[in-house]
Amino acid sequence: MILNKYASTMVTIDWRIRRLGQAVFTVWAVITLSFALVRMLPGNMMGAMITRLARQGINPARARELVEYRMTIDPDAPLLPAYLSYVSETLQGNLGQSVFYSRPVVDVLAEALPWTLFVLSWAVFISFFIGISIGALMAYWEGGKLDIGLTSYAVLMGSIPFYVLAILLLIFLSYRLGWFPTGGRQPIATDPGFNLTYISGIVTHAALPVLSMLVASGVASLGMRGNSIRVLGEDYLRVARLRGLSDITISTQYVARNAVLPMYTTLLISIGEMFGGSIVLEQVFQYRGVGWYMLSATHQRDYPLMMGGFMVITVAMVIALLLADLTYGYVDPRARRSQ
Amino acid sequence: MTRHSETPTDDDERMDFEDAIVSDSEASADERIETDGGVGTPFEVVSEYEETRRDRYRKLYDAYVHAPISIIWRDWRARIGFTIVAIYLLMGTVGPLFVEPTSVTEGPALAAPFETMEYPLGTDNQGRDLLSQTVHSTSTILKMVLSGAVFTVGIGTIIGSIAGYKGGMTDTVLSSITDVFINIPGFPLVMVLGLMFDDQILGNPFAIGVLLSIASWGGLARAIRSQMLTLREESFVEASQAMGIGTSTIVFKEIVPHLMPFVVINLTNAGRKVIFEAVALYYLGILPFQDLNWGSILNQAYGANAHARPDAIHWFLVPMFAIVFISVGLTLLGQSLDRVFNPRVRARHEKTTADVEGDGDGETQTQDAMGV
Repeated sequence: MILNKYASTMVTIDWRIRRLGQAVFTVWAVITLSFALVRMLPGNMMGAMITRLARQGINPARARELVEYRMTIDPDAPLLPAYLSYVSETLQGNLGQSVFYSRPVVDVLAEALPWTLFVLSWAVFISFFIGISIGALMAYWEGGKLDIGLTSYAVLMGSIPFYVLAILLLIFLSYRLGWFPTGGRQPIATDPGFNLTYISGIVTHAALPVLSMLVASGVASLGMRGNSIRVLGEDYLRVARLRGLSDITISTQYVARNAVLPMYTTLLISIGEMFGGSIVLEQVFQYRGVGWYMLSATHQRDYPLMMGGFMVITVAMVIALLLADLTYGYVDPRARRSQ
Repeated sequence: MTRHSETPTDDDERMDFEDAIVSDSEASADERIETDGGVGTPFEVVSEYEETRRDRYRKLYDAYVHAPISIIWRDWRARIGFTIVAIYLLMGTVGPLFVEPTSVTEGPALAAPFETMEYPLGTDNQGRDLLSQTVHSTSTILKMVLSGAVFTVGIGTIIGSIAGYKGGMTDTVLSSITDVFINIPGFPLVMVLGLMFDDQILGNPFAIGVLLSIASWGGLARAIRSQMLTLREESFVEASQAMGIGTSTIVFKEIVPHLMPFVVINLTNAGRKVIFEAVALYYLGILPFQDLNWGSILNQAYGANAHARPDAIHWFLVPMFAIVFISVGLTLLGQSLDRVFNPRVRARHEKTTADVEGDGDGETQTQDAMGV
């Protein structure tokens, strides 16, 4: 017992640091994995790049130098020193040189990242707002006509992959009706800057990608519905009613709060899926974000840019999840104890 | 109301365990003075029956086979879900026997759907019949779903239950690995790995399923672990430990069956996810393919600019419908399973289902961690 108590106080003090450590560990694991893919595994990318350069008539020694410059991994050094220098280069922000763009990978991706984050953050925010509202409505009128209607909507939304919705939106709203641009991320003919045409152009370009991600609202609403129904079955609600608390107090303070908090897990999983999904989404709309660059690098066998894209998407997601985790502890005191 | 009538679904092991305690304390209980008008406390109730082996099997059958199926079948979602999945199974197994494979320039280019009996769903720009392409894709997709779902759920359950049960160093190591996999965005990882191992993947749908499971077992493992933390404190686990049963037997034979409902629900979710991701990979043209499948049909349609051509829209819609319809089936199936197994969902419906014997177990808290 004493040991348990001691352990639990340690956990409450330490969980933020432990969570931070976990994030660092993940980044390290991804760097190591990427090193393994580039240099160690059979059929690795380095070998492929050197062979390709040699086929273009570049002499082997020069080809190896070029590859080292592009991948920041020395193909001839022993594994451990090559690994250590790769880790230190990566941590210093040197992700190599893109073959296709002949620019540092970091430059290419740093310019693209804000666009991806812009779309994803709106997608997460809007789809969860809609999902939670619908879920609460469904739970409130559980079993009624509205519940059945909205549940069917949620099941259908949960069963449509976001890229299918994206293609459908593209076909109907952009090509058929012409309400939205058919691709790209900003209007072509306007000056970038703080003027109305440019900003509204950005919004209309981002609108369809954000709308496509609304499929996540289906999953969120079903989760919220389930949570609310569970809370409605709890004994403390009966007690609250017996105490004569008003319906509004009960629904906002008791039901909504307890039902929304567990949605956090669903939120985390959706953030993860959206980051991964940005590759497909940006391909459909030709939206030049990190995912688009990673995909086009994959098709062009531009390995430095591809691995850089993988790294940037991972780090962005690790940071997003870290922030969500750290702030969640303040919102829900139970989370701090159970971490 | 006695305790037993409130919880008719207690496990056999625990009943035995409680009975043993009861018989030990019987002597002292007899001497107690009744202060509540002679109403017996549950601790004085002694089992009236000797349970034979056969009774026990019958009970197990009732609890784990008969009751769940009869409850599931009462739910309209389950009936629809089962039917849809069965249609796809038929399409994947006997479908290719009835629908001939199609080839280039078999019919006119971009024939519209529902006009000729020969090409009921229309053709693509090279005159290939879309119905035939869709049917012949099904078995490939089902193989991916099978191996992907089994691997995802298998790895998730094994890692999660061992981590949760063992605790200590084992837990720290396994949980860290799990967290890494949760934190890495799955799709880009699968994309890079698919590119590296494209030789092994070509023409082997089972390998694609395994590849997709690499990135998706983390969430399940974490959920299973947290349930394990609760379950390992149960008295039947303590009893098993006291009897000297080995760890793996306790974990996989005693505890994991309690998690089965959760695991089964996640099979349907994992299956749906495999379809989404596999189709996305083929749509993006990352994985090589020999035979057409729903994703590669989409890829060719996008490549041929079908989204900008009003006469080619069915080229997208046919494979899309195939994807959405099967995932509606899987979603409905998963939801109805959740209703059956999830005691917290039942909390509000306790009165209507209390008469059904042995539907799930009282301790498993089926979380909605995986979505539906």
